[in-house]
Amino acid sequence: MEKFGRLTAIVAPLDRANVDTDAIIPKQFLKSIRRTGFGPNLFDEWRYLDVGEPGQDCSNRPLNPDFVLNQPRYQGAKILLARENFGCGSSREHAPWALKDYGFDVIIAPSFAEIFFNNCFKNGILPIVLPEETVDQLFKEVEAQEGYMLTVDLEAQTLTRPDGEVIRFEVDPFRRHCLLEGLDDIGLTLQHADEIRAYEERRKQEAPWLFMHLREIAEKYNQI
Amino acid sequence: MAGKTLYDKLWDEHVVRQEEDGTALIYIDRHLLHEVTSPQAFEGLRLAGRKPWRVDANLATPDHNVPTTELKGGPETIEDPISRIQVLTLDRNAKEFGILEFPMGDPRQGIVHVVGPEEGATLPGMTVVCGDSHTSTHGALGCLAHGIGTSEVEHVLATQCLIQKKMKNMLIKVDGQLQPGVGPKDVILYIIREIGTAGGTGYAIEFGGQVFRDMSIEGRMTVCNMAIEAGARAGMVAVDEKTIEYVKGRPFAPTGELWDKAVEHWKTLHSDPDAEFDVVIEFDGSQIKPQVSWGTSPEMVIDIDGTVPNPDHESDPVKANGMRRALEYMGLEAGMKATDIPVDYVFIGSCTNSRIEDLRAAAEVVRGRKVSDRVEQALVVPGSGLVKKQAEEEGLDVIFKEAGFEWRNPGCSMCLAMNADRLPPKKHCASTSNRNFEGRQGAGGRTHLVSPQMAAAAAIAGHFVDVREFL
Repeated sequence: MEKFGRLTAIVAPLDRANVDTDAIIPKQFLKSIRRTGFGPNLFDEWRYLDVGEPGQDCSNRPLNPDFVLNQPRYQGAKILLARENFGCGSSREHAPWALKDYGFDVIIAPSFAEIFFNNCFKNGILPIVLPEETVDQLFKEVEAQEGYMLTVDLEAQTLTRPDGEVIRFEVDPFRRHCLLEGLDDIGLTLQHADEIRAYEERRKQEAPWLFMHLREIAEKYNQI
Repeated sequence: MAGKTLYDKLWDEHVVRQEEDGTALIYIDRHLLHEVTSPQAFEGLRLAGRKPWRVDANLATPDHNVPTTELKGGPETIEDPISRIQVLTLDRNAKEFGILEFPMGDPRQGIVHVVGPEEGATLPGMTVVCGDSHTSTHGALGCLAHGIGTSEVEHVLATQCLIQKKMKNMLIKVDGQLQPGVGPKDVILYIIREIGTAGGTGYAIEFGGQVFRDMSIEGRMTVCNMAIEAGARAGMVAVDEKTIEYVKGRPFAPTGELWDKAVEHWKTLHSDPDAEFDVVIEFDGSQIKPQVSWGTSPEMVIDIDGTVPNPDHESDPVKANGMRRALEYMGLEAGMKATDIPVDYVFIGSCTNSRIEDLRAAAEVVRGRKVSDRVEQALVVPGSGLVKKQAEEEGLDVIFKEAGFEWRNPGCSMCLAMNADRLPPKKHCASTSNRNFEGRQGAGGRTHLVSPQMAAAAAIAGHFVDVREFL
């Protein structure tokens, strides 16, 4: 994973609560067996006026002019400002893949759904939780000022407004470390392979029924 | 020191190592896989030259993309080329990595959350994960079960562990006795309506009280299934005699001495009497009526004898805004009676409500009646090949077919419309599934979440109706 650096970018406001992962990336696009290429279908049903199908060239599709990401002033946005319970619903990692592929590196909201929140960190997206009043204020500022940008500094855990005022945010230290260093979770966990093996040996004694040989049993059933 | 909650016990038993900041490595006993969230994980393993840590911890079955109509042959005859590739990719990955799979055509194939418990692949006390948010279903057996993303699917395949922080404990206690015609689905819809779709965020929810003690294991699965709709990754119910009875004799359940030893342990899987929960929420089960969702979030739910709410009466502007959008999307007016909402499609199925008891409950309402002429399509999609077989042995298929329902093959089907079963735009669907998000069952489709009995009654009436009038 790429290291997460300091970033100054345009903020796009998505002013609705409970944005679910079906809205972020509708199910027909989950049929891909790759991790990339979901960006053009991000928020597909809100973004386009027609019904999207996988494999289609999105550059000629009719855009919904009312949808925020279609407005010229928000082009190139890398920071998404959202409302409460963002990313609720399905566990599909296609949702953060689509957001990342579109260009978002940071999402700011008063709260996130947990699985989505977790999936963001695995894909180099920083989800930032801020108090509702602060988010409200940011919505007002973003809408009032075209070209509104924020600077995100993960190392310092700060957001800097255009006027230089700083907002501090909290982030789990382990996740922060992994994002800053671009660390791969699997590699980190495998450093503890001996402990995993020791745990398994102990559990095989304590709770041997957890280690049933599924394939052998299925094989026997097939023969009956 | 206070006693432990069920969640505390399950957590403590599975900690492999713990960092000072609370981050822990948690061991995963059972990993379920399906075709949508696994291809990129297997690809990741291949690219890194990694092998599954413990092959026998995994069980795979295709469900999301599987057609529910009869095919000419195997998965290679699936019409939609992209669905076909996904199903064939799972078959290929399972074979290449040596993972047990129930492929299409196998009588044990079905929705992964129906198959796991049915086969005894899910056992009490296990940690169970799957790249699907409705993995919370398995908590009904006293498991710590939750959905994960694809990166975590790869992580579990490669290490048999997950990196996690402990959640907080929430007890939702529902006492009293449910009214006739009110089922597990009504209970969970009522809970979500009361606590909201983010009410359980950050918590593991234990469902306790008389209502859940009285409830069958399949009913508990319906409840735990939708814990995620209340924001909680994991929902669970304590192990009792019913749990043990349910597991007994299933293909992957232990036998003989091992069974006795397991049962002895499983009997400890309940919260201690002096356990402390961070939050306790209580409801009176006898007050719950049949529920129906009116909007585009699973908290937008009303009693069947209620009316669609008015956003002008909502003080929170963000919420009121959401309600207005929902009314517009659903084509409904504030103040309209729930029983005046028309029904164009009916879907009985999904990991929430496709088990044999669900089909029996729906068939009971349908028996000797006909689907309304207004209804364009009424589907019954059993949760697995074995549920389908059982239902046919009981003659339920005949009851449904005679009434005008289509009797289909197992899969996720119109719950999320990844296969060919889709709800057309602007059509209202009485659905036993779990999500009424915009476009969930098909672009522009209008989903109303209900119990199997309520879906059956709506099919007959052509609009939503109080199933208690049918009993």
